[in-house]
Amino acid sequence: MLRFALLRILSAIPTLLLVIVLAFLMVHAAPGGPFDDERVLPPENARNIAAAYHLDESLPRQFGRYLSGLIRGDLGPSYHYRDHSVAELIGAALPLSLRLGLLSITLALLVGIAAGVFAAVNNNTATDRLVTGLAMIGISIPVFVVAPLLVLVFAVQLGWLPASWSGGDAGWRLLLPVVALALPQIAYVTRLTRTGMIDALSSDFVRTARAQGLGLLSIVRFHALKPALLPVVSYLGPAIAAVVTGAVIVETIFGIPGLGQLFVRGALNRDYTLVLGIVVFCAAVIILLNLLVDLLYGFLDPRIRQP
Amino acid sequence: MNTAVVAGRFHNGGTAVKVSAGIVLFVAAMALAVPLLSPHDYFSVNLDQRFQPPTLQGARLFGTDDLGRDLFVRTFSGTRVTLLVAIVASFVSLVFGVAYGAIAGYAGGKIDAVMMRMVDALYALPFMFLVILLMVAFERNFLLIFVAIGAINWLDMARIVRGQTLSLKQREFVDAARLIGVPPLVVVFRHVVPNLLGVVAVYVTLTIPQAILVESFLSFLGLGVQEPRTSLGALVNDGVVQMERAPWLLLIPATLLASILLSFNFLGDGLRDALDPRRRQR
Repeated sequence: MLRFALLRILSAIPTLLLVIVLAFLMVHAAPGGPFDDERVLPPENARNIAAAYHLDESLPRQFGRYLSGLIRGDLGPSYHYRDHSVAELIGAALPLSLRLGLLSITLALLVGIAAGVFAAVNNNTATDRLVTGLAMIGISIPVFVVAPLLVLVFAVQLGWLPASWSGGDAGWRLLLPVVALALPQIAYVTRLTRTGMIDALSSDFVRTARAQGLGLLSIVRFHALKPALLPVVSYLGPAIAAVVTGAVIVETIFGIPGLGQLFVRGALNRDYTLVLGIVVFCAAVIILLNLLVDLLYGFLDPRIRQP
Repeated sequence: MNTAVVAGRFHNGGTAVKVSAGIVLFVAAMALAVPLLSPHDYFSVNLDQRFQPPTLQGARLFGTDDLGRDLFVRTFSGTRVTLLVAIVASFVSLVFGVAYGAIAGYAGGKIDAVMMRMVDALYALPFMFLVILLMVAFERNFLLIFVAIGAINWLDMARIVRGQTLSLKQREFVDAARLIGVPPLVVVFRHVVPNLLGVVAVYVTLTIPQAILVESFLSFLGLGVQEPRTSLGALVNDGVVQMERAPWLLLIPATLLASILLSFNFLGDGLRDALDPRRRQR
């Protein structure tokens, strides 16, 4: 187990480095600098600005400077919000995004596992087909279609829930964003749980349990659930990435001042340090969570510990 | 597996698969025909005909948008762009994924291990963020959309093709080719890859909806196609802005986009089940 864990941790580091290098190169290869669209500056002022942000140095030196800053948790100054560092901006936006993401993943797991088990137990009946069909719809319809439709129905037409962040009760305004973000993940978790549960229910140990006279409910709970949920555990990694990406859309539509909105605004302002900082930060979070999921999986399923 | 067997199983597949195939063909035909045949075009601004609701009389079947442009034509010319981007991007990912997977699988051993470990590492990358970064940095270059989407989608293809290659390379005809001295790369591309195409074709059907998603996502953020050109994602984005005043501007493109994605997913699942009957019994 220790060997497996060490190998996984070691292989996460080059992945993170790869993201940093790719993102850094992309930003620096971009035509047009962050200060181009302001009024034309006298050459010596332009040189001073470039020197202040170290833009006059060679690319490897800038990268070295960026990397050594990263290690100290310093993501550099924002080009657009002059008085703030990128780390401050991310820190201010993070709690809200974190809450949104955690609630969505929790909702997806609760509803998805319940629906998947329900469909598997009723395999090949009309209810099973209904759940599978709904799951297919959930997978197919993108977040940026679901979110505005939810707003249109529940906020604009029915008026039950606030349409944007500025209006309405604080507790309720997270409901629509969380649901919009969770829906596709609910669908994926449902499908994975259903397949896993059907496989588990048709395996030998379940037949033995059944022969001993155990009821269906206790078979599901005590015997079939753990092996059935292994695919769901391994899907958690991609799910986290999907939720982080989906948050960009959901936060934009609902006007939530979180990381996603900060990212889109940074992109439109050509605030390169901010955009780069968010990409590196999110990549680090996704890679770290993937690592945790892998370790959890290795803990649950001894078969994959052999490298 | 024999193509006729697969086709037969597909033919016997569920109604959902057949309906999906019908929808895909119908939408593709409309996307080709409507912009050619309609009296309106997708870019002409008509400020005296803004926000006309959809009507069955007259030529404004889907109504008009905030600039008085005909939504019927805009929707289907947007569909045309969306489908075109998706197909070309899937082709990019196909070429790259097949080449990578086939070489890794055929080479085997250390080369295979290193190549597939790289794929594993790339899976953990938050590609969508890098794509957004790419689109921001390079001024929404249309060609880059293809590259970006292809870069995301080739990983799955590489894995599947590698798995197939591993079993194909045990077959006699591959041994025969190797024995008479055909160089390895030629064996891969002349003898192995042609035998993979059935499986690959099925997985392309599942890659296309993913490519559509990425393109619409980018266009939704305003980083995809540029005005007055449009795509389904861009139309949904316009619709969101106007949804309180003119809900049809959101509902029509959103419904069309959702049904295209749903059809491709049903079709791909159905084809995959036809290839692998064990899955269907689940």
